[in-house]
Amino acid sequence: MRLLPKLRLFSALTYTKSCRSVASTHAKSGRPVDEREGKEIYTTIGIDYDEPKFDKILIANRGEIACRVIKTARAMGIKTVAVHSDVDSAALHVRMADEAVCVGPAPTSESYLRADRILQAVKDTGAQAVHPGYGFLSENTKFAAELEKAGAKFVGPNSKAILDMGDKIHSKKIASAAKVNMIPGFDGEIADEDMCVKVSKDIGYPVMIKASAGGGGKGMRIAWNDKEAREGYRLSKQEAASSFGDDRMLVEKFIDNPRHIEMQVLCDKHGNALWLNERECSIQRRNQKVIEEAPSSFVTPEMRKKMGEQAVQLAKAVGYDSAGTVEFLVDSQRNFYFLEMNTRLQVEHPITECITGIDIVQQMLRVSYGHKLPITQNQVPIIGWAFESRVYAEDPYKGFGLPSVGRLSRYVEPHNVEGVRCDSGIVEGSEISIYYDPLICKLVTHGNTREEALNRMSDALDNYVIRGVTHNIPLLRDIVQEKRFRKGDITTKYLPEVYPEGFQGATLNHEEQETLIGLAAALNARKLARANKFLNQTAKQTTVLDGYHMKHSFVAELPVKEGEKGEPKHVEVNFVAGNPNEIEVELDGKKFNIKGDTNLAHPTSKLTINGKEVTTQIVGKRAGEITILYKGTPFKVKVLPEQAVKYLQYMKEKPKVDMSTIVVSPMPGAIKNVSVKVGDMVAEGQELVIMEAMKMQNSLHAGRTAKVKAVNVKVGSTVDEGEVLVELEKI
Amino acid sequence: MLSRCARGFAVPVLKGVLHPTRATSSIAHTMKVAERIEKTREKALQGGGQKRIDAQHNRGKLTARERLDLLLDRGSFRESDMFAEHTCTDFGMQKEKYPGDSVVTGRGKINGRTVFVFSQDFTVFGGSLSSIHAKKIVKIMKDAMLVGAPVIGLNDSGGARIQEGVDSLAGYADIFQANVLASGCIPQISLIMGPCAGGAVYSPALTDFTFMVRDTSYLFITGPDVVKAVTNEEVTQEELGGAKTHTVTSGVAHGAFDNDVDALMRMRELFNYLPLSNTDSLPIRACDDPWDRDVPSLNTVVPLESTAAYNMKDVVSALVDEGDFFEIMPDYAKNIVVGFARMNGRTVGIVGNNPKFAAGCLDINSSIKGARFVRFCDSFNVPIITLVDVPGFLPGTSQEYGGIIRHGAKLLYAYAEATVPKITIITRKAFGGAYDVMASKHLRGDINYAWPTAEVAVMGAKGAVSILFRNDKANAAKHEEEYTELFSNPFPAAVRGFIDDIIKPSETRKRVCDDLNMLEGKKLTNPWKKHGNIPL
Repeated sequence: MRLLPKLRLFSALTYTKSCRSVASTHAKSGRPVDEREGKEIYTTIGIDYDEPKFDKILIANRGEIACRVIKTARAMGIKTVAVHSDVDSAALHVRMADEAVCVGPAPTSESYLRADRILQAVKDTGAQAVHPGYGFLSENTKFAAELEKAGAKFVGPNSKAILDMGDKIHSKKIASAAKVNMIPGFDGEIADEDMCVKVSKDIGYPVMIKASAGGGGKGMRIAWNDKEAREGYRLSKQEAASSFGDDRMLVEKFIDNPRHIEMQVLCDKHGNALWLNERECSIQRRNQKVIEEAPSSFVTPEMRKKMGEQAVQLAKAVGYDSAGTVEFLVDSQRNFYFLEMNTRLQVEHPITECITGIDIVQQMLRVSYGHKLPITQNQVPIIGWAFESRVYAEDPYKGFGLPSVGRLSRYVEPHNVEGVRCDSGIVEGSEISIYYDPLICKLVTHGNTREEALNRMSDALDNYVIRGVTHNIPLLRDIVQEKRFRKGDITTKYLPEVYPEGFQGATLNHEEQETLIGLAAALNARKLARANKFLNQTAKQTTVLDGYHMKHSFVAELPVKEGEKGEPKHVEVNFVAGNPNEIEVELDGKKFNIKGDTNLAHPTSKLTINGKEVTTQIVGKRAGEITILYKGTPFKVKVLPEQAVKYLQYMKEKPKVDMSTIVVSPMPGAIKNVSVKVGDMVAEGQELVIMEAMKMQNSLHAGRTAKVKAVNVKVGSTVDEGEVLVELEKI
Repeated sequence: MLSRCARGFAVPVLKGVLHPTRATSSIAHTMKVAERIEKTREKALQGGGQKRIDAQHNRGKLTARERLDLLLDRGSFRESDMFAEHTCTDFGMQKEKYPGDSVVTGRGKINGRTVFVFSQDFTVFGGSLSSIHAKKIVKIMKDAMLVGAPVIGLNDSGGARIQEGVDSLAGYADIFQANVLASGCIPQISLIMGPCAGGAVYSPALTDFTFMVRDTSYLFITGPDVVKAVTNEEVTQEELGGAKTHTVTSGVAHGAFDNDVDALMRMRELFNYLPLSNTDSLPIRACDDPWDRDVPSLNTVVPLESTAAYNMKDVVSALVDEGDFFEIMPDYAKNIVVGFARMNGRTVGIVGNNPKFAAGCLDINSSIKGARFVRFCDSFNVPIITLVDVPGFLPGTSQEYGGIIRHGAKLLYAYAEATVPKITIITRKAFGGAYDVMASKHLRGDINYAWPTAEVAVMGAKGAVSILFRNDKANAAKHEEEYTELFSNPFPAAVRGFIDDIIKPSETRKRVCDDLNMLEGKKLTNPWKKHGNIPL
C-alpha cells in the first residue's frame, strides 16, 4: 500500500535531462559523443550515423551492464531510459541515462523483475525498444511478447528461440537434431530423489544435477555418490524454485577435467549468422566464472572452425536472430560437447569485442531494428588476446569467494595502465548491497599477445584501488601470475587443484619477503620522520634530531600467515641526504635502494626498489604495523623500534575462540531454514541452518557432535557476516 | 652506560690532593662511593630481581623499564629519584629495600616532544604504593606543571603498601591532589598495564584518558573476593574489571589494546595529536594529504531513505587527513563518535552522532562521553568539528529515571562553554533540543554548515503531525507530506542564518581546512569565574 504513492511520485518525476542530451552531442560534427569503454578497439565495424535507428531505448537492467548498453546507445545517437529500484535512485546507470524511471523497492522481485512496471515505463517514456542486459528479464518470453504487443522491440532473440534454448531438455533435442556434439545423459525431467539416484547410477557417477531453467551456477550440483545425489537434488530444486520459479531438474554425465569453452554467435533477422570466435571460461568457482580469456590457448584453428560451424548450425536451426552464446565442455582430447545456449548478451562479451573489434551491443541494436549484419564470416578477425577478471565484492579466502557488502569508501580504476577496459556500474561512495549481484567491475585487458595481455592484467590489478569492501583482487592477482595459468594449463577444476587448502593469499619467495619488509620499514621511517616534524613547535625541537637526518632502526616481522608470528628481522633505514624520496634500507646485511614518491596519502605508490618498479598500496599504517598491498594481497608487517625485538617474545597469543562449538554466518544474508532447537543433540556435519545470500543457498553444519546450547536466529532474519547463529556445547 | 658516566665524573676530583695518608683514605672513600653509586644503579635497573622479572614476562607483561624503553624516543629518558628508598621499618621492611622503590619516574621525549612519565614496577613489592613511591610521582607531576608538559602514568600496582599503613593512604591523596591541580593545565594519560585496585583507581579516573591492556589489566574498587564476601556475587576479575567491562559497559576506560607493545605504540600515536599544555599552541604537522582534496564518496554517504542508517565513521575517515582517526571510547555509547584527527596537519577533535547505532540519538551515556571529550578539547585549544545527525534525546523511563536531563545538560554545558574554534556540519537530522546541543550557531558555533540532506526541525514529520493535527488523523499522511515539504530540508534554518551555508558534501574537507586556518586567530573568553558549575 505504501508503495503506490511513492511509485506515482517517481513516475511523475520521470525527468528529462535535456542539458545532458545536448552535452552528449558534438558541437561541430553534430555527432553523438562516443564514450564507450575502450572505444578504440571497435575497428571492424564502425558506427554508421546515417543508418536509421531507434530514437529511444529503455534498458531493463542495472549496474555495469546498464551503463555499458547506455554508452553504446549514446555513441549511436540513441536516447536512453534507465529503470531503477528506489535504493538505486542515485546509481551510476541512472545518472548516465537521459531519463530514469523508478520501478519499485530494492528487492529485484519488486523492481527489476516487475515486467508490468517496466512495460508501463516503456509506454510512459515512449521507448521504442528494450535492452534487457543479462539476468533479470533477458530470457523472459512473456515480457518479450508483452513488449511486442505494446509496439516496442525486445533487443534479443525472438521468443521461440529463447523458449527452445532456454529449456535445457528441449534445447538438447534441437541441438542433437542440428548435429551438434552431445554429452551422454538422460533427456527428461527427474521427478524425485529416488529417480535422481537411479538415473545417476545408469549414467554413472560423477553426474551433474541441474535445474532445467538454471544458469550462472545457481541450481546446480555435482554428485559423486547416492547420498550426494539426494542432497544435491533437494538443494538444487529449492534453489531453482526460489531463483527461477521453475524447479524442473535434469541429470547428465559430468565430464572429468573439462574445460569450459564457448562460442559467441551473432545473427540477424535475414538468416545471416556469424561466429565471433571462442571464449575460454574454465577458471570457475562453484560453476561461476572468475577469469575468462579470448581466444582460448587450447583451441586450434580447425577446432575453432568446427565449434563455430556447429554453433552457427544450432543458431540457424532455432531461427536465432540476435547475439547468443553456445557453451561447450571440452575434454583433454579436444572433444567438445554441447552444454547449452545462452540466449542473451553474456557477462564476458567484452573480451570477444576486444579481439574481434565488433561492438556486440551495437550489432544487437542494429539487428533488432531490422538491419543486416554488415560483414561476413571471413571478415571476423582475431586481434591479439584479451582477459577479463571479474572483480567481485567477496572474500576470496572463504571458498574462493563468499559475498561481502559495504560502501566503496575509496575507488580508483586502473585506467593509467595501457589496454585496460573497466566495465563497472559503480563509483566511489557506491554501496554494494545484499540485494544485487556483488560484481564491482569487469576488468578487461587487451594486448598483442597472451603474455602482454596478462602482464597488463597484473599491472591493472596492482593499480586498482578498492577500499571499504572485501574484494577478490588478491585471488585474481595470484592466478594471473600462477605457473599453470600462465601456461594455459587449466580446467574447470583449476581452483581446487591449484589451491587445495583454499586460497590463502599470495605466497612470497624469500626475495619478495625481504622486499616487502624493507618497503614497510622505509614507509614506517617516513611516517616517524614526519611525526617528528611540527610546523609550529620549533622552539621545543632544538635538542631533537631531524627525522630525515637520523638512522632509523627497526625490528620488522612478516607473518607467514595471517595471525601467526613471523621471524623478527633487524632493519636499518636512512634517508639519502635527508631526501624523503630516496631511501636506503639494510636488512640482514643486504642493501635496498628505494626511490620514488613516498607520500603516505596517495592510494597507490609506484616505487623503484633496487631498480625494479613495484606498485603497492598502503592500506593501513597504524602504530607499529604497516599494511601493504603487495602482489594483490594485503600483508601486515609489524615494524617496531629495534628495542622491541627483546620484548615481542613475551607477548602472549590471544586465545582463539573454539570454532567447533559455534556456527558463524560466513557472509551477510537471510536465514532460510533452521533445523534444530535448543537442547537437540546433533552429530558432526549435521545441517543446522540454511542461509541464502545473493540467491545462493548455503547449508551450515555442526563442527562436532554436541548439544545445541542456543539458537540465535529464526527463519527470515537477516544476519551480518560473523554473527553467531547457533551455539553448541560439548557433551 | 649510566654507571660508567658516574665513575668518569668521580675520578678527576682525586687530582691535586696533598695530604698523603688522608689522600689514601680519601681516594679509597671516593672509589667506594663511585662503586656504590654504580652498584646502586645496577640494582635499581634490576628492579625486584631476575626471578620476579621472569614472572612478569611469563604473565605476558613487560617490566616498568622495558615499557618506558618502548614508550619514549630511544635514549631520551632522564630518570629521577633512582636512589630513593622506602622508609618503613615495620614488619622487617628495613631489611628489604630496592633503590628507586616500586616506581620508575622521570621525563623523556615522544617524537621529540617532552613528556613526564611514571611507570610502576610490579617486580618490587608488587608495585605497591609506599610514601616514597607517591612522592616520586608527585615530584614529576610538579615538574610537568612547571614547564607545561603532559604526564603519562603506566599503572601496574597491587595497591597500597600495607606495611606503611596510613602513609600509603596519604601518598594516594597527594597524587589525587596533584592530578586535580594538573587537570586542564597539562594532558594526563593513564595506561593500566596490570592490576589497579582500591583507592589506586582514582588517580587514573582523575586523568584525561585511561587505557587498558586486554587480559592483563584490571580496575576495580574491590576485588572478586570482597565482592563475594559482601554481596555473595560470584564474579571473575575479568568480568568485574577487565578491559572489556570498562571499555564496553562502564565507560571507565577510553580504549583497550591487545598487549603491552601495541598499547605503548598507540600511546605514542595519541601523544602526537596533543598540545603539551593549555598554553601551548595546537600542534600542526606537515601534511601529505591535499587540504583541498575533493571527497566524492561523501556525496552518497547519507542514504536516500531518510530513515536508513549509515556509519558516521565513514564520514570521518573520508574527511580527515589520510583517514587517520584516533577514536576515543570506540566501544562505549557507540551512538556518538569522538576522537582525534588532523585536518591539513592540524589536530582537531571530532564529535559526531552515529546513526548506525541507536539512530544516533543522545542518551545518558553518549551525552557524558561527548561532554568529557568536548571539555578536553576546550581545555587544550583543540578545535572541535561536530558532525550532526541526531533525531533527538532518547525517550523512556530508563532514561528519565537515570537522569537524562542532568546528563544531557553536561554536553550542552560543555559545548556552550567551549571557546575553541567550533565548526559544525549537519549531515542529516538535527531535531529538537539535540539540535541546540550539537554545537549549534546559538551555542557560539563559528561556522555552521548543512549538507543538502540536512533537516533542521523541532521533530520528525510523524511526531509533529500527531501533535499539530491530533484531531485530523484521517489526513495524517497528507499533513506529514506537507510538513516534510516545509521543514525536512535545510532552508528554514538557512533563511534565519542559523546555518552559514549549504555545502556540497564532497567540498566539506576543503571548506573545513580553510575555515580552521581562518579561525586560528579566534579570541573568545568567558566571564571571569572561579569555575563554572557543570551539572555533574
